[in-house]
Amino acid sequence: MADAAVSGTKTVLTTHDGKPLKVSLAKALRREKLRALMLIAPLLLFILLSFIMPIADMLFRSVENGIVAETLPKTVVALKNWDPASGEAPGEDVFAALHDDMKVAVAEKTHTRLGSRLNYDQPGISSLFRKSGRRIGRMKEGDYKQQFLDIDDGWGSVENWTTIKRLSPTITDSYFLASVDAERGADGIERKPENERIYILLFVRTILLSMAITVSCILLGYPIAYLLANLPVRTSNLLMILVLLPFWTSLLVRTSAWKVLLQQQGVINDVLVWIGLIDDAGRLVMINNMTGTIIAMTHILLPFMILPLFSVMKTISPSYVRAAKSMGATDWTTFWRIYFPNTVPGIGAGSILVFILAIGYYITPELVGGTSGVFISNRIAYHISSSLNWGLAAALGTILLVLVLALYWVYDRIVGIDNVKLG
Amino acid sequence: MAGLYCPVCNPKGENYMKLKTILMSTAAAGLMLGGTSVAVNSASHGMAPCEGCTDSLTVVSWGGAYQNSQVKAYSEPYAEATGVKFVWDESSNEAVAKLRAMNEAGNVTWDLVDVVASDAIRLCDEGLAMEIDADNDLADAPDGTKASEDFGDLMVSGCFVPQIVYSTTFGYRTDVADWGGKKPESICDVFDLENFPGKRSLEKRPINNMEWALICDGVAKDEVYDVLATPEGVQKALDKLGTIKDSVVWWSAGAETPQLLADGEVVMGSTYNGRLFSVIEEQKQPVAMLWDAQVFDLDGWIVPAGLPADRLARVKHFLKYATDTQRLADQAKYISYGPARKSSAPLVGKHAELGIDMAPHMPTDPNNAKNTFLYNYEWWADNRDDLDAKFQAWLAQ
Amino acid sequence: MSAAISTFRPSLTGFTVPMIAGLGAIFGFLWGLSMGNGLVGLIAGGALAAVIAYVLASSMENRGLGVLAASVLIGVIGLFLGGAGGAVAGAAMGAITGNATYWLSTGRYRAVLPPYASSKQVLWHHFFRIGICGAIFFFLIVPILIIIPLSFNAENFFTFTKAMLALQPEGYSTKHYSDFLTNPDWQQALRNSFMIAPAATLLATAFGTLAAIGLSQSHVPFRRAIMVVLISPMIVPLIISAAGMYFFYSRIGLQGTYWGVVLAHAALGTPFVIITVTATLVGFDRSLTRAAANMGANPVTTFFKVQMPLIVPGVVSGALFAFITSFDEVVVVLFLGSAAQKTLPWQMFTGLREQISPTILAVATIMVAISIALLSVLEYLRRRSERLRGLTPG
Repeated sequence: MADAAVSGTKTVLTTHDGKPLKVSLAKALRREKLRALMLIAPLLLFILLSFIMPIADMLFRSVENGIVAETLPKTVVALKNWDPASGEAPGEDVFAALHDDMKVAVAEKTHTRLGSRLNYDQPGISSLFRKSGRRIGRMKEGDYKQQFLDIDDGWGSVENWTTIKRLSPTITDSYFLASVDAERGADGIERKPENERIYILLFVRTILLSMAITVSCILLGYPIAYLLANLPVRTSNLLMILVLLPFWTSLLVRTSAWKVLLQQQGVINDVLVWIGLIDDAGRLVMINNMTGTIIAMTHILLPFMILPLFSVMKTISPSYVRAAKSMGATDWTTFWRIYFPNTVPGIGAGSILVFILAIGYYITPELVGGTSGVFISNRIAYHISSSLNWGLAAALGTILLVLVLALYWVYDRIVGIDNVKLG
Repeated sequence: MAGLYCPVCNPKGENYMKLKTILMSTAAAGLMLGGTSVAVNSASHGMAPCEGCTDSLTVVSWGGAYQNSQVKAYSEPYAEATGVKFVWDESSNEAVAKLRAMNEAGNVTWDLVDVVASDAIRLCDEGLAMEIDADNDLADAPDGTKASEDFGDLMVSGCFVPQIVYSTTFGYRTDVADWGGKKPESICDVFDLENFPGKRSLEKRPINNMEWALICDGVAKDEVYDVLATPEGVQKALDKLGTIKDSVVWWSAGAETPQLLADGEVVMGSTYNGRLFSVIEEQKQPVAMLWDAQVFDLDGWIVPAGLPADRLARVKHFLKYATDTQRLADQAKYISYGPARKSSAPLVGKHAELGIDMAPHMPTDPNNAKNTFLYNYEWWADNRDDLDAKFQAWLAQ
Repeated sequence: MSAAISTFRPSLTGFTVPMIAGLGAIFGFLWGLSMGNGLVGLIAGGALAAVIAYVLASSMENRGLGVLAASVLIGVIGLFLGGAGGAVAGAAMGAITGNATYWLSTGRYRAVLPPYASSKQVLWHHFFRIGICGAIFFFLIVPILIIIPLSFNAENFFTFTKAMLALQPEGYSTKHYSDFLTNPDWQQALRNSFMIAPAATLLATAFGTLAAIGLSQSHVPFRRAIMVVLISPMIVPLIISAAGMYFFYSRIGLQGTYWGVVLAHAALGTPFVIITVTATLVGFDRSLTRAAANMGANPVTTFFKVQMPLIVPGVVSGALFAFITSFDEVVVVLFLGSAAQKTLPWQMFTGLREQISPTILAVATIMVAISIALLSVLEYLRRRSERLRGLTPG
């Protein structure tokens, strides 16, 4: 180490190739970091592309509204000068622009698509576009307003034009408003009429049912976790299989089992009739309602409560309980004052896990929930595949996602995402 | 099964009547000639070879007994003759959504899709379905009548090749002890919990249910849509449905009601008449038809737009075969839907396995069609989203 | 029942016989109800059980013989009352009664508790274990077991027929299994499931293992943020993942394709691989890799010769999780797939929603068997891994 640099009073350590040790260590650290990132990069990239991007795309769809400006470019510009407050339909210039736009749109067959989009906000408007599309080719030059009004006097309605004008921007909040049962009326945002409110009800129901399921999971999971944690290892391993088998069994298998058990001509009702507890006419209705959803989902999610609870209870030293008892505490006091508080983190972890999983469930409510036991997810699926209102589906999904991410954040705070264990 | 508009039908409904007249006359012809003309149908269909065609076909249909009738009547004989491999997808329920997604992706994986008329019209409008040149792409009738004339007004869209006329109607169990020997005879018995207690199954959408509710609430048949267009009318219909809401199981797939009826989970329920036929006649369940206020509709093929040439060639080859006079008549051997070609009606004979005459089981049979209802495609196209929101909100309460 | 020692024996006529009579009365009551008269069953069952308890406890020291005798006796009675099914039920009741008699009369039920436990504590202890936990375990496991006998139903019903309850062979058949094996729809679905799941597993395991190794290095920038992103497919509700993928994959042309489904399933499976592999790496002794490097092994050799063998159990169990995730997944495939990708769960879903045929129960039974097999492998791996790393004695 003859070349150890000496400068003034300070000695800088170096490695054998003459670089300062600090620099060299920093370099090594950088290299290590880089290597770690290189190992993570493929998966990170993969998840970003195949999972995060789609979610981002969905978020975008919930506000995207390019269709009006794309289909009716000239009309949108012409409408800028029209004031809905005037109480009159737009003038000839707008209708002339509409004629030009419609001609192009009909050739590309996009006018009915626009009609369906506008119809979400203004019932009845889709037929204007359909009818006009059929006759646009036969229109004569000049006085387009009258010609459009001849096709359908809906073109003279201020409401229809207000909707078109309101939805002209390429970004819209109309889907988000719709997903909280609101709409933009004459005086700004207002709630929808009572008989059209559904989504808040569904969100609330989803949360309440998920809570009910979480509570039943705690009630059923706690004794089992306690028993497993306090049995000799050999026995508890054996009993653990009874918990893990449902965990590993396909969701659909378990849902079909519940369908078989719960329906009115199903096994449970048959047994009850057979032993005479109920008569044949009074068979219990346990499926296609909330009861069905709660029972089946509690069964499906119970292992997710038992496993975290068990791992927490396993760490509680029996000497706490013995100490309390030796000092004269009763069984109940010992449990409630000593044992239970120690298991609270487990309850917390299990509850959030069960709640997160429950809130987004789709398959089980769809199959056993009927109408009163369905979740917001079922509505999202409905808008994707039946009503084709993809923007609304995306907005509802976004709200649900925010809800779940908030819980995920809480879970990460309490439990730490690294501490998730399986099996 | 979305209710949409029908360009040949004007809103006032004269063309509905015309459509109905056509339906009735083809059925009547079937009834009269059914017995005698079986011998004529044996003339085998000479199939032209298919050049530059793929050797597999992805066909989308509804599943259940209906798809089975298509397999038996169309795809099995076709596969036997050509060796083509069929992949069936039971996605007709979501056909419009999936076709739109495929179209957005520019990657259409379906070759031939079975949809109801209203969906076909919507798909055609959006440019998702291909226009069909009836006289070139489809086979003529045996007597040389051009296809366009043979299908007539049932070709409600340029993209649509109709196969069958079906109806949505009710079936009920015949062994319900609580009914004391009575049998439901009118649509309004569905709303009568006192005389006919028990669960009912209805479709989970406003179409048909709202009309039935209004009719049973005293609204005249031809005023139904005028009443339904008002908020009070909607409330009236929902209130009427509300009287039985606690006893309703809501279905979203056509096979559910037959299953629920067979299991005894419901005592009556609405579904497509062919599904009920197979419960009654094939599975011999104690179920009977209530034809009152049945609603007619059409079902048929569309070809997705944007297929590559080799697949398109195969689809056209199959379509020509599968919609010829004999094949459409053959389908009626397996399910009780009326063939959409006039020339097929006389060829409708007996059920393939049961050997019973099929004509009396057709929705268009005069005995069954004493009181029918035709819903207004155009009206529903405009009000579907709105009414659906109200209906679903009501349902969720 | 005050202070007790290990040779404690409760009073025969004051405790054991009445308790067993009570048990017998319950059995008798249920039996009686099913035959039309609960009260007669209650009295007969109680009396019979009391006699059995007295005889066994007082004069039959040999436990095995005693239980056998009780079981045969009630089994024969059951045979006369209810045929083959009655015989089996009777034999089971007899065996339970016999065992309970010895359990009580020999005082073994107290042996597990400290001698100073009060009778109330003893009662609560057993009520908790047998009553509460037994019922919950019953709730957990019976729905899965019940479909097994039902899948052998000779009829197209979803409930036990008379012939099945009487254990007549005509009541059972394997026709639903042969339907599964011959029906092209189910076969196609089975094939698709086995085409998609392994590919998704392979992708998820390869990416996931690498990332887990990277994440377990001592210095990883943004570790927490990366972890949150990588675990998110497990947390985000499936319907949202499915919706997002449906929209996005539609835009880029992957909707309705084999690779679209595989990629989606792989993304859903990776969190499980990361979690299990990270867990095995927690106990990994880093000096081993340094030692290897010290002795001249390059990083690749070190990885395959030193690190890999030790984390293999974690990788395999992660792969099993990824496999079962894909194999059981239905929401995403429903949206992303087309007919050519119809998997087993998809076919089951349509079956359940539309035409619920008993074939579904046969498939369900097969899937339970697969779950049991996977679970056994996993349990074996877990034990092996713990033994290897010296965490528990095995």
